[in-house]
Amino acid sequence: MLLGLGANQLLADMNRLLSLLFHQGVLDEQFLELQQLQDDSSPNFVYDVVNIYFNESEKLLSNLRGLLVDKEFSDYKKMGKHLNQLMGSSSSIGAKRISNICLAFRAASDQNNRPACLRALEMLENEYCYLNNKLHEFFQIEQQRVLAGGVRYPIQQQQQQPPQQQ
Amino acid sequence: MKKSGSSTTIVKKFSALVVDDDLVIQRIHKMYLNRFGFETQVVGNGKEAVDLYRSGAFFHLVLMDMEMPVMDGPKATRELRGMGVNSMIVGVTSQDGDSEKQAFMGAGLDDCYMKPLTADTITSLLQQLNMKYR
Repeated sequence: MLLGLGANQLLADMNRLLSLLFHQGVLDEQFLELQQLQDDSSPNFVYDVVNIYFNESEKLLSNLRGLLVDKEFSDYKKMGKHLNQLMGSSSSIGAKRISNICLAFRAASDQNNRPACLRALEMLENEYCYLNNKLHEFFQIEQQRVLAGGVRYPIQQQQQQPPQQQ
Repeated sequence: MKKSGSSTTIVKKFSALVVDDDLVIQRIHKMYLNRFGFETQVVGNGKEAVDLYRSGAFFHLVLMDMEMPVMDGPKATRELRGMGVNSMIVGVTSQDGDSEKQAFMGAGLDDCYMKPLTADTITSLLQQLNMKYR
């Protein structure tokens, strides 16, 4: 029973963290769509997809920084391709704030505005770090919950409703 | 096709090909399609999709990304249509510009959607496939 209570507390912690991320606009309902795709045959689907996303995004961010630090940089078309990819994968996992920054970054890139691109890149890197930290925290709690009392994957969907964003 | 509540019962087993160089999109789209009963294959660029068809493969539905290395979505779509392929080819893109989407549609797509695909989009595609192959 104590183990069950621990698992319930951890579930509450997970829901609170997700609620915060929805409230901040960091995540949107697409993240819930991913959770709904997860089932017993693919119990680690969301975790796997998010990890692939972080691995691929790190490479894209590194590519973007590599392009922009070059003072002679002029290949905005190449930068646009990296941004399109990052925007597509970010929106597909529900990383709303990152997608929005990518939009602004792309607008700056379309205008060949290197200073604005550098500012956008810095925002993107900060946002990426924040999302990375928070989602890894989420998955750590989830792992503890699984260990806490034989709680079955996936998460109980009815307990996760994102608050209405203002 | 029977409906019960929010689920759709598929009468026919459809095959799908995901054409995208992004590993995240590959994984998510494959999961969506499998969940809706498709038999799904994944390739990383347009040339691999064309080569599959040239080798005799057929897919009821192709989800075609726009920007890919080696061969992009518009070029792959034109090649497939030029080969006489009449599969449902649906473009998927993160670019929201009208001109880019129109150019992609002009290559021979049946439709074009913004990423991310959702369960509602797959449901709609499934309904169209059921109409097309009834």
